Amino acid sequence: MPDENEQQPKGFIRRFLDAPPDSVGKTIFVAVAVCLVASMVVSATAVSLRPIQEVNALKDKQINILQVAGIYDPGTDVIEAFQAFEPQVLELATGSFTDQFDPASFDDRAAADDPATSVALEDDPAGIVRQGKFVTVYLLRDEAGAIDKVILPLHGYGLWSTLYGFIALEENGNDIFGLQFYEHGETPGLGAEVDNPRWKALWNGKKLADAAGEMQITVARTAPPAGPEHHIDALAGATLTTVGIDNLVKFWMGEAGYQPFLANLKAGGI
Amino acid sequence: MAHKRREMLLDPLVDNNPITLQVLGICSALAVTSSLQVAFVMSLAVIFVTGFSSMFISLIRNQIPGSIRIIVQMVIIASLVILVDQILKAYAFEISKTLSVFVGLIITNCIVMGRAEAFAMKNPPLESFIDGVGNGMGYGLILMMVGVIRELFGSGSLFGTTIFETVNNGGWYVPNGLLLLPPSAFFIIGLIIWGFRAWKPAQVEEREYKIQTVEAH
Repeated sequence: MPDENEQQPKGFIRRFLDAPPDSVGKTIFVAVAVCLVASMVVSATAVSLRPIQEVNALKDKQINILQVAGIYDPGTDVIEAFQAFEPQVLELATGSFTDQFDPASFDDRAAADDPATSVALEDDPAGIVRQGKFVTVYLLRDEAGAIDKVILPLHGYGLWSTLYGFIALEENGNDIFGLQFYEHGETPGLGAEVDNPRWKALWNGKKLADAAGEMQITVARTAPPAGPEHHIDALAGATLTTVGIDNLVKFWMGEAGYQPFLANLKAGGI
Repeated sequence: MAHKRREMLLDPLVDNNPITLQVLGICSALAVTSSLQVAFVMSLAVIFVTGFSSMFISLIRNQIPGSIRIIVQMVIIASLVILVDQILKAYAFEISKTLSVFVGLIITNCIVMGRAEAFAMKNPPLESFIDGVGNGMGYGLILMMVGVIRELFGSGSLFGTTIFETVNNGGWYVPNGLLLLPPSAFFIIGLIIWGFRAWKPAQVEEREYKIQTVEAH
């Protein structure tokens, strides 16, 4: 290979290029230069593609809400079908809706990070560290305008990642219609089987609380004493993911979660 | 030279296939081949990453200090993988949800590192690029072969289009559930390796141990 460097004056960079590759200065120079270029390429791509990715993520979330409510077909126009839902911002502590925020633009996750709209949890079985005081819930009404289903967001820590999902409840606030996670990083083939349609189908028709109003819902290998209508079978080979889901469902359906809202719903106050 | 480049591109398809001959990159081949569409996107991603990482590494090969060469290679490979992941998230969101974990694992795919270290560090950029693309294609070829078998007999379809109507949908075909699970890819890759070596006996490795025969007196 001909030496291309011969005619060129020796500048700052050229001196470095001509230095023996194994010298200390050269090693540091190459390491810094490669890292700089690589990080610029990566961040430029990430920043320029973010708007498109956000649209995708929103659409995906809407598809998941449609799916958990059982009204999604692959052919449907997502944006149009999503009009059927009435988004509302719910204040968890009181269990009633608030007009403080616009439901269309309210960002649950940003609100959960903001000290003004969230609380740091001391008793934190779901592993979420901070819980937002407000969440966006989705109501599905029948033709007469009565509530048919409520779709409530929930999240919690599994094995590797926080699982974000929705639970769809019937109008009585006790019968589960479905549960679905739309974002998680669990092990493919084991924990990621939360996406398996056959496992998701287990949730349909289960009951949160027993006749006495005690919360009984359990995700475990064996059925709880309360009976099989409160039991969702564990995922084989994914013990920690299962424990995480059990904890997060119990947490979100409990006192610190949707309990006040469900009580209002049962009393017909919504 | 042109002939040699053609050889460099096509050699890894059968004669020097990274999966069947070098037995590299098996783990991702198990994971992504249950549907052809995913296998196809994964193949494209690996072709892109091996091709360009080899090219960029080769471009600066004379400047890379020996003491940090593996890390420099990894930085370049990792950046390209993030690039692919970001592009998939933007333009193929559904596929990226299934592939995301495995796209990240391209970084650790032995084929990429192997070509960088064994070829790109010693050869000019264009040749390295061709070599990388060729090896990516060799990987992709096996992925597609395994994918066709797994998707056709596991779910009765190809690229999501129904070929055999399954019993669940009122047809006649009882799908083989084993083929949807990763271990089945082991069997299929094993059979492909057997097939390749029966076809080209030169690929059969010599035995490491020879059983000595007792000399007859």
